[in-house]
Amino acid sequence: MKGTVDFDSIREDFPILGTKTTNDRPLVYLDSAATSQKPRKVINAVSRFYRTCNANPHRGSYKISEAATEAYEKSKKKAARLINAGAWEEIVYTRNTTESINLVAQTWADENIGKGDHILISEMEHHSNLVPWLMLAHRKGAVLDYIRLNGSRTGLDEGSMEEQMAKSPKLVSITQCSNVLGAIVDVKKVARRAHERGAKVLVDGAQSVPHMSVDVREIGADFLAFSAHKMLGPSGVGVLWGRRELLEQMPPFLGGGQMIRSVEFQDFTTTELPWKFEAGTANIEGAVGFGAALDYLRKIGMDRIREHDVMLTKYALEGMSRLKGVEAFGPGLDRLDSKAGVVSFEIAGAHPHDVATIFDGEGVAIRAGHHCAMPLVVQILGKPALARMSFYLYNNAQDVDAGIAAIEKVKRTFKLK
Amino acid sequence: MRALQVAMDIYAEEIVAHYEHPHNKGRIDGASASFHEFSPYCGDDLTLYLDISDGKVTDAKFDGSGCAISVGSASMLTDLIKGKSVSEIVRMGPAQVIEMLGVDPGPVRLKCATLSLKAVHEAIKQYVKNGGGKT
Repeated sequence: MKGTVDFDSIREDFPILGTKTTNDRPLVYLDSAATSQKPRKVINAVSRFYRTCNANPHRGSYKISEAATEAYEKSKKKAARLINAGAWEEIVYTRNTTESINLVAQTWADENIGKGDHILISEMEHHSNLVPWLMLAHRKGAVLDYIRLNGSRTGLDEGSMEEQMAKSPKLVSITQCSNVLGAIVDVKKVARRAHERGAKVLVDGAQSVPHMSVDVREIGADFLAFSAHKMLGPSGVGVLWGRRELLEQMPPFLGGGQMIRSVEFQDFTTTELPWKFEAGTANIEGAVGFGAALDYLRKIGMDRIREHDVMLTKYALEGMSRLKGVEAFGPGLDRLDSKAGVVSFEIAGAHPHDVATIFDGEGVAIRAGHHCAMPLVVQILGKPALARMSFYLYNNAQDVDAGIAAIEKVKRTFKLK
Repeated sequence: MRALQVAMDIYAEEIVAHYEHPHNKGRIDGASASFHEFSPYCGDDLTLYLDISDGKVTDAKFDGSGCAISVGSASMLTDLIKGKSVSEIVRMGPAQVIEMLGVDPGPVRLKCATLSLKAVHEAIKQYVKNGGGKT
C-alpha cells in the first residue's frame, strides 16, 4: 500500500500496540471511533505535569501555579489553531463532546428556543447530539425535526434537508461524520442553508476533527464540539468552540468557582471568556496531555491522516467485497471522498456480538452494538446491532488483514458459505 | 490466565450446534407460565414458556432471536430444566449456566448466557404470584 512507509514508524510511538491480548495474540486495535490510543508524547506530558508543575491554575501566585496556568492556556491556543478559531478565548473545555453539546442546549438553546420552535438534526446523529435536543424539546414544547437519510443510506437526503429548512429552525445541530456509517456531511453547505433561514449551527465534530482538517470559519459554523480522547489525548477533556459574540451573550452553564467576577450573598456576576463556562477545577493534566496530542497531530498533518484513513478504508472495503455474505454500510468504494475510516458491517448468519467476541479471540478489538445511535441502527437500518471496524493513523494494512481474517474465522465458526 | 482462553472456547461445537439447530424452539399454547425478556445490549429478544405440574417443569420452550450465546444457552437450558422441580430451578444461578456451557463466557457475554435463566425465573415468579402450584 502506498504511503504506509511513513506511517509504520508511528506505531512505535504507541506503547499499547506492542502488547498482547486475548489468547496471547498481539493487539490489533480497530476501535478508534470509540477512543484512540495514546502516543508516548501524550503519556509523558501528563506524567511530566504531575512531576514538575502540578498546581491549580489561576488561583495561586506562586511559580508552579503560574506554570500550570500557562500550560492550560497553551493547550487552548493549540486547539484554537487546529480549527482556525478567531481567538483562543473561544475555546471552552468541557468533559467531552456530549457535555459540550449539553452546554449549548442548557444555555444558548434554553434562552433562544421556546414553545413550537423547531430544532433540526439528522437521522444519523449519535445519542449525544440527539438526547440533549429531545430533553430540550420536551422541556420547552419545541419540535425536534430530522433530515432523512438518502435511499442508499450513504448520506443526507437533499430534498429532506430543503423541506426541513423551510420550517425555519432556530438551531441546526449536525454531525460532520457519522460514527456508524462513516458518512461525511458537507456541513459548509448545511450551515449556509441554515443561516439563510436564520438558524444557528452546531457541528458535532467528534468523529471528524480527529481525522481531517476542520476550519470553523470556512464552514461558517456557530458552535463546534469534539473530544480530546478520540484524537490521541486523555479522556475527560472536551472542546466547545463558539463564536465570541454568541458565547458572550450566553448565560453561564455550571455555577461555582472560576466562572465568577464577583459574588455577593444575593447576587453574582460572571467573568470573561472562556472561564465563564468553566466552573470548578478543570482537568488540567488532561488539557496538558491534549496539548501534546495536538502537537503530535500537527506534526503529521491532518490532510495526511485523512489520506491514510482513506487508504485503509479502501483496502478494508475491497477485502470485504470479496467475501460472500458480508455487507458494509455507509458510502462505499465509489464514494471514498465522503467516507471516513469507519466501517460498520454485517455477516449474514452471525450476530454482531458473536462477531466481536470471535474477533477478540483473534486479538482484534472491534465494537458491536447500536453505537449510541439507536434510531439509525434499529429503526432505519433495521438491525439489532452492527459490528464496526474503525481506523486511525497508527493502523496499517496488516491490521485490516487481521480484521478480514477474523471475518473468515466467524464464517468458519458458524459454517457460513 | 484461564479467562483469556475463554473467547476461543465459547464457540465450541456444542453451543454453535444448539444455535444452528435450537432444541425446544417455539411456543407452548396455554403454557403454565411465560416471560418475555429483552436485552438492549445485544438486541436479544426471547420469550420463555413453561408447563408446570406437581411442582415440576414438564415442558419448556423458547421463541425469539439473539446471538449464538443467548440462543445456544436457551436451547441447552430448556433441555436441562425439563423434569426438574421448580424449587431446584429457582436455586440455579450463573454458576450453573457456566457449568452447563462448560465454559465461562466472561463478564460481558455472561449477560447473554444467563438471559434465558432470567426469563425462567421471572416466569416462575409470575406463576407463583398468580397462585400457581397452590391448587
